[in-house]
Amino acid sequence: MKTKINENDTQITQDVSTLQTVGNVFSDNAKMSMRNVNVFYDDKQAIHDVSLDIGKNEVVAMIGPSGCGKSTFLRCMNRMNDTIDSCRIEGDFRLEKDDIYHPKQDVVALRARVGIVFQKPNPFPKSIYDNVAYGPKVHGLAASKTDLDEIVEVSLRKAGLWAEVKDRLTAPGTGLSGGQQQRLCIARTIAVGPEVILMDEPCSALDPIATAKIEELMAELSQNFTIAIVTHSMQQAARVSQRTAYFHMGKLIEVNDTKRVFTNPEHELTEAYITGRFG
Amino acid sequence: MNTSMLLILALLLMAMAFTLGRKRSIAVAGGSQGIRNLNSLPGYYGTLSALWCGIPSILILVVWVLFDDYIIQQIIIQELPSSTQALSDSELGLLLNTVSNMAINDTSTLSAEPYIIAAAERLNSLQHISQMALTVVFICVTMGLSWFSWMRVSPDLKARVKVENVFKIALLMCASIAVFTTAGIVFSVIFESIKFFQSVPFFDFIFGLQWSPQMAIREGQIGGSGAFGAVPLFAGTMLISAIAMIIAVPAGLMAAIYLSEYASPRVRTFVKPALEVLAGVPTVVYGFFAALTVAPYLRETGSMFGLSVSSESALAAGLVMGVMIIPFVSSLSDDVINAVPQSLRDGSFGLGATHSETIKQVIIPAALPGIVGGILLAVSRAIGETMIVVMAAGLAANLTANPMESVTTVTVQIVTLLVGDQEFNSPKTLSAFALGLILFVITLILNSIALMVVKKYREQYE
Repeated sequence: MKTKINENDTQITQDVSTLQTVGNVFSDNAKMSMRNVNVFYDDKQAIHDVSLDIGKNEVVAMIGPSGCGKSTFLRCMNRMNDTIDSCRIEGDFRLEKDDIYHPKQDVVALRARVGIVFQKPNPFPKSIYDNVAYGPKVHGLAASKTDLDEIVEVSLRKAGLWAEVKDRLTAPGTGLSGGQQQRLCIARTIAVGPEVILMDEPCSALDPIATAKIEELMAELSQNFTIAIVTHSMQQAARVSQRTAYFHMGKLIEVNDTKRVFTNPEHELTEAYITGRFG
Repeated sequence: MNTSMLLILALLLMAMAFTLGRKRSIAVAGGSQGIRNLNSLPGYYGTLSALWCGIPSILILVVWVLFDDYIIQQIIIQELPSSTQALSDSELGLLLNTVSNMAINDTSTLSAEPYIIAAAERLNSLQHISQMALTVVFICVTMGLSWFSWMRVSPDLKARVKVENVFKIALLMCASIAVFTTAGIVFSVIFESIKFFQSVPFFDFIFGLQWSPQMAIREGQIGGSGAFGAVPLFAGTMLISAIAMIIAVPAGLMAAIYLSEYASPRVRTFVKPALEVLAGVPTVVYGFFAALTVAPYLRETGSMFGLSVSSESALAAGLVMGVMIIPFVSSLSDDVINAVPQSLRDGSFGLGATHSETIKQVIIPAALPGIVGGILLAVSRAIGETMIVVMAAGLAANLTANPMESVTTVTVQIVTLLVGDQEFNSPKTLSAFALGLILFVITLILNSIALMVVKKYREQYE
């Protein structure tokens, strides 16, 4: 039963630890499934009992105010938080049938299947070609130079960057514009041939035109890849995703079809956030 | 009052000028409500007043102290009897010394020629007058200036701008000390070198293969003919530096990679200072370590394999010098590796690269300019190092590429040329300056290359 939110702001910063996720966290055709996830930085709990499925070839958007744990959750999905010593993770992460946090799980193989694109474009200080060729080389995906050339070209084409850079593949990747750099980073991720692509606010450092290009790209990519995207832009979430998950203070508050979340949210906190009452 | 008293007085007067200037500025502004009408905060008016009264008076003090001895001396000389006017400079100096000794001791108790006693008394009275005059002038100037600056305080006076300018000039003067010193060193070395090149042709020096600086100082002396070919020295320097770098670069770089990428914070806090202790060991200690421990060990090991290692070998000196330079390379490389943004590591890890792949293919290339810069600085250090080589590598100027033989370096030769009783205008001693000049040019070139490399690639990942 939906209740009207108190206009008083203290209502919004209330203790959320008792709240249950509303909507539907499950997916019939789950590519990744997370169950009862708790994440701690030292003693501070960043994620409280979150469960979420990400369906095959689906784009799932994660939204929420700053510090709500959405990026942390995303980074746990390909074990990027392993490098942070103070970070402790509980719960069950699965990529299809495989346990991501199984002691015998090879992180290298996992990250080849679950790629990640970061908030700030971070091309390596190498040529455009070498940036894209880096992943395939590391994983030994190319048997010959011709193979590698082909992988690079296909990846750049998929990232919508080929036409712009095909004449200057040896130029440094850091010399591209911000939007081009981000598409280069996407190409770099695609080149490894992942099944899932995680995107951590991929457009927050870009201008609207570059953002539009990347959003367009995401629609194309979702035909071949499963995508989880963290974003601060609700319009972006509405445009690119099929399902939207709303995080609040480390809790997953609501998961629903994107349309539903933005037109008729189930939870009062979601409504407060998407109508701009806080965030 | 003596000079130190006057200095203290100047500081007191400056403090007074500060307080007065500050109060005055509040007063002319019309109380604490009017401070907004002032161009600057009251503190700036106070500081400006203090500077106005302090700087000129201290300048007067300094100039007076610098020149009053000389002026008094001239007056005394003028007044000495005519018989002394014919004395030579050194005899006159001796006489003046006697006079000032007399003046310091009680003149009445000593027996001396009457004109000397008269001069000594005259000296005392002149010094007394000078001191009194200084006190009077100093106090007058300081008071006058503080009154003047007090009068000048007005809301329109741009006190803040002026104070900032004074501090800017003071900082500039501090910065120029280093520059002027460098210029002084360079010029003195250049002038001495020019003298050397007047007796030994420049190209004989640069390209000569024979170094034997002993030459006959007087007629008929049995000694070396004097050959000033610097090639063996530079070859020795390069050989030892190369050995040192072969040790220091891999060890330092690997240590830096371990410390910045793999070591846990606890290991790091322990190992990093321990490594930097190496940099704090005096080079003399490295020197006798090389000569007494490493060199005999190398000699014995060499003889086991049937190699004859000289007891003073380039190898021993180079090895120990390499160890000495390790902290240089590791510390500088550690800094640049840490400066590689975490986002690049994340990007590489995110693609499924392992830690070592990330280091080899992303971090080292990104940090390479800084690492190269650090290595070049370390090379400069190795070339300039003296003590280890003096003690462990010997003095024989052999032109050889065999690290098991004894060689000598440029710095060692400079030391041996200048130590002991030397005639400072023979080509033998002057050649030390020429060697120093060439060495300076080489290290300067290396340093500039290092700086250029670092600068050129610095922005690459920012």
